[in-house]
This record gives sequence, structure tokens and C-alpha cells, in this order.
Amino acid sequence: MTDVNSATDVIAPPRRLRKGRPEWLRGPALVGVIVIVAWVLVALTVPWWTPYDPLASVGDRLVGPSLKHLMGTDQLGRDVFTRTLWGSRTSLPVAFVVIVSSVILGTLVGAVSGFFGGWIDAVLMRFVDITMAFPPILLAMAITASLGPGVRNALIAMVLVWWPIYARLLRAQVIAVKQREYVESAEAIGVKRFTILRRYVLPMAYTPVLVNATMDFGQVVLLTASLSFIGLGARPPSPEWGAMITEGATQFYSWWIATAPGMAILMVVLAFNYLGDALRDSFDVKAGL
Amino acid sequence: MAEPVLSLRDLRVTFPTPAGPARAVRGIDLDVMAGESVAVVGESGSGKSVTMLATLGLLPKAEVSGSVRYGDTELVGADVDTLRSVRGRRISMVFQDPMTSLNPVLTIGKQMSLVMKAHQPDLSKKDCRSKAVELLHQVAIPQAGRRIDAYPHELSGGMRQRVMIAMSIANDPEVLIADEPTTALDVTVQAQIMELLQTLRVEKNLALVLITHDLGVVAGSADRVAVMYAGRIVERAPVRDLFADPQHPYSRALLECLPRLDQKQEVVSSIGGTPPNPADLPTGCPFAPRCPMALPSCTQAEPTLVRFRTSEVACNIVSGGDRAEAQA
Repeated sequence: MTDVNSATDVIAPPRRLRKGRPEWLRGPALVGVIVIVAWVLVALTVPWWTPYDPLASVGDRLVGPSLKHLMGTDQLGRDVFTRTLWGSRTSLPVAFVVIVSSVILGTLVGAVSGFFGGWIDAVLMRFVDITMAFPPILLAMAITASLGPGVRNALIAMVLVWWPIYARLLRAQVIAVKQREYVESAEAIGVKRFTILRRYVLPMAYTPVLVNATMDFGQVVLLTASLSFIGLGARPPSPEWGAMITEGATQFYSWWIATAPGMAILMVVLAFNYLGDALRDSFDVKAGL
Repeated sequence: MAEPVLSLRDLRVTFPTPAGPARAVRGIDLDVMAGESVAVVGESGSGKSVTMLATLGLLPKAEVSGSVRYGDTELVGADVDTLRSVRGRRISMVFQDPMTSLNPVLTIGKQMSLVMKAHQPDLSKKDCRSKAVELLHQVAIPQAGRRIDAYPHELSGGMRQRVMIAMSIANDPEVLIADEPTTALDVTVQAQIMELLQTLRVEKNLALVLITHDLGVVAGSADRVAVMYAGRIVERAPVRDLFADPQHPYSRALLECLPRLDQKQEVVSSIGGTPPNPADLPTGCPFAPRCPMALPSCTQAEPTLVRFRTSEVACNIVSGGDRAEAQA
């Protein structure tokens, strides 16, 4: 029995892990990754190397950019460049927590909804519909306002606004994947439903969620800044990009105050969009397999 | 006679469709004895796969009635836990297309472990692995110890079907339902897979239910054959008798469609017309519109299975002929 072999049963050569840079990591995506890594490093290390205290008045008020103050000073004489760097310590962790929590919540709801269907699906998806019927910024504003302004409440509001996107996305994927033959085949030989969901369906359904989460990272950074801009997120004097733009908005002729955090937001959002774009292209399930 | 391991009685499957209920299976009786090989033959849409899927309760959207008994367990209308304890452990199934029937993101060893753990949760990781290697040996996969860490895409179609078979027998079932197990494979590989199934059947005293439209496969590997048409069994016979002397006009027509090596043949013959729509079945014998021997009476009442020599046949003409013979 064991010796039976045939010319037709040829096996592919053993896999060799590709070395070096992955294929998608080039052009804009590479720039994106470099920018993101740079900002993460800044966020982690900025307290140890900035010459100025972000909250202290360190020079004359409203001085334009110079070598001493790279992006000038604001109306309280604080160094705008230092404050912008410090701003990443709010925006990046908040965006990270919002995205991770939303993905977890959205995954749970989407997976259960898509896999089990029936009335559970109907109930959960109505929640999703209701949430998605409002513009995200409006709903986030309403929730933050009712919880009370502050970074923590803004974060909760953003998670509540954001998870339905992933729930809906994953549900659609799960429904598509669970109709594949290998899922039916696993069911026919008695694999547990939960195991099927976890090991057979989710790994094949997850890609769009990951790609979207990457792209949304930038959006959440923007939303955090927006909520702070209208005074619902971080409050002055904390160095947060949205709040800093608010301060700069009243100092029209001191353009540098709003420009520096604005550029920071632009950089981060673009970087994540480039990265997400490249990931989407490289993960494209329809092109692969 | 021994008790059958699997016994279907008046099994009916109806799918609700916008065009009305589609009666895919309309009363099937079938007994499968331990260690025997039964072939269910019929063209696409005759209800042969649906019958077997219904047997394992894998058709959540269909209305299933009648009875499917495994030993003392009734499977029609059984709860999920009962069904799951039977699937793979007592009655297992191999699907048609090995290219799409394996989980692409798990190594075959991992998948096999999951299947074993589904029924034997106490099995350790190490035991699972050694059992998986042993199973791969049994289905004649060379270098099983290395292949176990391969992903499905690294294996050829024939190899994948061997893996599917290994997985389906991982929990020592008594009945193996093979739904067109060789349709998606090369002819040479087909023969190997059929040979493997036969070897396993003998070694493990496995009852084999072979669903196929390939009469060549049937001739080489089945003890008994059930020919299905429009959701019913129209003829049931020992394989030799079916090939030597088919009774039902449909069986006869099917056999005539096989190209023969011993005769010069320009055109492969075929059966004119198409099978009836299960949502809109004609009255009387469903084969009558395509039957070369149909009589006006054939469109009146649908014939039931009647014993005729070594076979059972559902045909007005045959049972009428039987009476004529008896009278003569």
C-alpha cells in the first residue's frame, strides 16, 4: 500500500520563504511606511530629546519660524514644533485603540452575524444600519457631547461610530466564504461549527477588514483632530493637533501655528492611505489564488 | 439477512423556490450493508447528491421527510449535536472536487488533526500527528511524514483527493459516502482513487456509497447499483445484472451511451431531451417524455418499484411485460 506512487502525483518543491522586501513595499507604500515608522518613533521618544517643554512658555509670543523655534511660537510663547511632535502622543495611540477596538467588536458581530444568519443576523445588522445611517463625524460629535468632552469619551464615541463598518464588511465576506466547498466538506466530516468559523472561514474572510483598518487609521487620526478642533476631544493646553489648529485659527497672521499640526495630520493620513492602497492591491483575493 | 448499517426509507427532499416547491428527491428507499459497495447512478439533477446530503442533514434550507436510520439513530430531524456526532465518526463523506474541498490556509496535518479532535477531543497534539501520518500512509501518499506539513496548493489533484479520503476515514466511520470522487481527476488518477477506496473498504469493512454518473466506475467497483431519475430510484439491481440485462428503459439508454471498444461506432449515442424540472414534474412516469418505448398509459400513473427477476424496476412496461410473461 505504502509504495504506491505515480508519476501524476507530483509535489511542488518545498516552500522557501521569500527573503528581503515584500513586493508591495515600494513607491508610495514605502514612503508611507517610512513616515509612519518615523512618527511612531517620535511618539515613543519625543520626551527625551526635545529641547523645550510643550506646555511651558519658552520664548516670545507669536514669533515666526526661526532656527531657534523651527515652527515659531504660539500666542503663549510655546514652541509649536515641539507641541506638534508631542501631538503624535495623543493622535497615534488614540487612533490605534479606536481601530483595534472597532476591529475586535466588528469582527465578533460580523462573524456571528454572517456565519449563523437568521434572526441574530437580522437584529445585529439593524444596529449596524442605524449607526451607519448617520454621518460618522456627526454621530461621534453627538455621543462625545452627551458623554462630556475629553479624549477618553471621544475615543469611546469613535469606537461606537466605527465598528459597524467592519461588522458589515466581515459579514459579507463570511457569507461568501462559508459557501465554499471546503467549509461544507468540513461540516460533513463533523468539524465543530465554532472551529469551522475560526479556522476555516475567518482566515479567508479577514483580508478586506485588515486593509480597511489600515486605511481607516488615517481617517481616525483626522476624526480625533476634528473632535478636538471643535472642542470635544483634547482640551487646551494639551498639545493635540486638532486643538492646536483651533488655537491657530484665531491667529490668522501667525500662519505657522495651525500649519505645523495641519502638516502632521496630512502626513499621517496620506501615509496610511498609501500603505492601505498597496496592501489592498497586494492582497487582492480575486487576482491571487 | 444482516441488519443494514444505513437505511433510508421514503426519503423526500423539497426545496422551496420562487417557482414553487422543487421536489428533488421523491421517496427513496435504500439499505446499505456493512462492508458492501452501493453505487447510486443518475445524470446531473437526478437527486443523487441531494439524497446523500440530506442523509447527513447538510441541507438546512430544504424540507426533508421520511427516515434515515444509522443503527438505532434516526437522522432526519435530529438535533445538531446528534448529527455532528454521526458526521465523520459514523458516516463520512468525500466530495467531488479535491481542489476546492480542502482548507487553503491550513496544512493538511493541521486539518486532519482538527477532524480527529472533533470526535476525539482528548487526543494529544502528538497523537494526532502520528495518526495523521499513519492515515496518509494508508492512502498511499509517499513521504507522508513530509507531506503532512504541506499546504493543499502544494499537492496535485490526485494527492488532494487522497488527503480528503484520509480525512474522511480519520475517525473510523462505518459508512463512507463518496460523491463523484473521481469526476474532477485525470482518468489514470481516477483508477488509482477507485482502487484505494476498494482497498480501504475491504481492510476496514467500510460500507461504500458511491455517487456517480460514470458507469465505467460503477462496473469496476460496486456490488449493487441504484439508478436514479427525477428524484426516484427507477431500477435497483446487482451490478452484473444491470450491465448484462438492464430492465428500465432509462438504464438501457444510459448503458447505450457508453462508447464500446468492441464495436465500430461513429457517434456516441445520447438520450434525447432533458430531465424534467423538479419544480414542474409531468404526471405519470417522469421518464415517459424521453422514453423510446412509452405507451399512452405511461403518462397516467407513476410506476413504483416492482421486483423483476434479480432486479427491482419502476416501469409500467416492464411490470406489464412481467404480467404478460406470467400469463403466457
